[in-house]
Amino acid sequence: MKTIILRTASDYLLPLLLLFSIFILLRGHYLPGGGFVGGLIASIAFVLHAFANGLENTKTLLRLHPGYLMPLGLLVAALAGLSPIFIENLPFMTGIWFQEPLPVIGMIGSALFFDIGVYLVVIGVSLTIIFTITESA
Amino acid sequence: MIQHIVLYPIIVQLLLAILLLFSWNSVKIQKYISAGGSIISLLVAIGLMITVWNEGTLTIQAGGWKAPFGITFVADAFAATMVLLTAISGIAVSFFTVGTILKARLKFGFLPVLHFLFLGLNGAFLTGDIFNLYVWFEIIIISSFVLITLGGEKKQIEGAVKYFTLNIFASIIFLTAIAVLYGLTGSLNMADLALKIAALENRGLVEVTAILFLIGFGIKAAIFPLYFWLPASYHTPPPAVSAVFGGLLTKVGVYALIRVFTLIFVGDAFLENIILVLAGFTMVAGALGALAQNNIAKVFSYLIICHIGYMILGLGLYTEAAIAGAIFYIIHDIVVKTNLFMVSGLIYRIKGTYSMRDLGGIYAKYPLLSLLMIVPLFSLVGIPPFSGFWPKLSLITESFKIDNYWLIAALLFGTFITLFVVARIWAEVFWKKGKKIPEIQNFRYFHLLKIEKKIEIIGPIVFLAIISLYIGFGAENIQQLAMRVGEELMNNENYIQAVLGK
Repeated sequence: MKTIILRTASDYLLPLLLLFSIFILLRGHYLPGGGFVGGLIASIAFVLHAFANGLENTKTLLRLHPGYLMPLGLLVAALAGLSPIFIENLPFMTGIWFQEPLPVIGMIGSALFFDIGVYLVVIGVSLTIIFTITESA
Repeated sequence: MIQHIVLYPIIVQLLLAILLLFSWNSVKIQKYISAGGSIISLLVAIGLMITVWNEGTLTIQAGGWKAPFGITFVADAFAATMVLLTAISGIAVSFFTVGTILKARLKFGFLPVLHFLFLGLNGAFLTGDIFNLYVWFEIIIISSFVLITLGGEKKQIEGAVKYFTLNIFASIIFLTAIAVLYGLTGSLNMADLALKIAALENRGLVEVTAILFLIGFGIKAAIFPLYFWLPASYHTPPPAVSAVFGGLLTKVGVYALIRVFTLIFVGDAFLENIILVLAGFTMVAGALGALAQNNIAKVFSYLIICHIGYMILGLGLYTEAAIAGAIFYIIHDIVVKTNLFMVSGLIYRIKGTYSMRDLGGIYAKYPLLSLLMIVPLFSLVGIPPFSGFWPKLSLITESFKIDNYWLIAALLFGTFITLFVVARIWAEVFWKKGKKIPEIQNFRYFHLLKIEKKIEIIGPIVFLAIISLYIGFGAENIQQLAMRVGEELMNNENYIQAVLGK
């Protein structure tokens, strides 16, 4: 699959797909989208890169083993769930929000951080699975 | 808010699992985190138990969404007891794992998955939402699949396939039952369901749903006639895994049965009769199975089934004292069964085999250890004043009250066979003169281990033996707890009121 067309295209597609995945992630709370789909799109970006340039290059690009994204994402999601207990003494997982919306991103609250956690876990899991299968094949 | 404590057992295990995943590369750090975290979770569970005991049923609405729309977490005396028992056997298993599991298994994430399993168990005990219960069941079985297959020995995979197939089947039936229930009532909150099911006119459909739940949970609890997966799979993984499975996993099924049939589907004579018949057959079938086995781990597997029958019997009798008896039995059984599988692990370490025919002479070589190992064995039979005696007493008394002599006969038969089997294990494994068995190359026999390793193996057994002895000798306190749980379960208005706040 190492054709020059795919390799050139993947150089442009990687940042584009990553940007698109973040757009989907941020869109998620009230509209279709969210951490899960965003995470899948982001992992597609890396998988495409691996197809075009070989797994080793993608691994050097990532630096960290994608497996570490799993606990990281879980931690972010768990802390997002815990934040209402510490900040406002509300039950676990209650959504708390900043009063003012931020430009571009919109309203920010604990739900967004939960979604970011899901996003990271999904990238971690799908890349770990695909990398492992590719290596053993 | 004091109610936050309801979720702490879940949160602690979640954070522990995350920390363990972060330290993926260092087995040594994982061991310390797991051991320290287990102690913390025991303290949290004790805190929850004390709070529930003093304050009554606690509830918290996750996400702040009011019941019956959001997911409610409920800690009544029953849930708190189960969480405490999970923490107690969790701490023992965590230390035992460190002492016995091969490094190769630990490297592939044994400990994180073990704590995900405890997370699932705590969640299943504390949730007040039937669909959420299903989700926790999924977490439990996914983690248990990993634990049972990790290591990839041939017999392990074979056992795992049987375990996997029937548990997935049970989950599908459970999910179907939830779907039917939702179609009937439009609610998933268990307290809300209790009210809505009681008001339904179509009793036939309600009964069918109840039977679906009975089958789904029945497979997981290994009651007659769907228990075959258990003895086929529980002896295949390492003893530390069997200890969690034997001690806790089947009890989740029993917990769910007791919860659903005391809260949602109540006061149905037809169902109670079915449960009683199943209980009788479970006791007899488990006992007969145990007689025929030669592998000690398999003997214990069949005894699990036999004793699940006692707990189901308490549910079927459906009086306050009988449910209290069942609860007492669960408390005793979780501690003893966890310990027994660890004992079988220790015997394996000493001799290198599980086969009763080849074993022998342990008493002559390790008299003190043998006396230690006899504590869980005697507790299992219930030789007074050991812990198994008291719940059986209340179950028999309650069975006499409804004049059902077949049940009493089945119960006594189960107990008698248990006694026979334990006596046989004692005679064959401990007293009999040991045969010369060929030594296994590169096997780390018990006498070759370093002293720290020995403590890591014996320590948890001593810990659980002490708890067993306490349950036997301090039976008054445990009976008080069991009576309180029985009373709460039989009067479900309190639970409903605590959740819905009416």
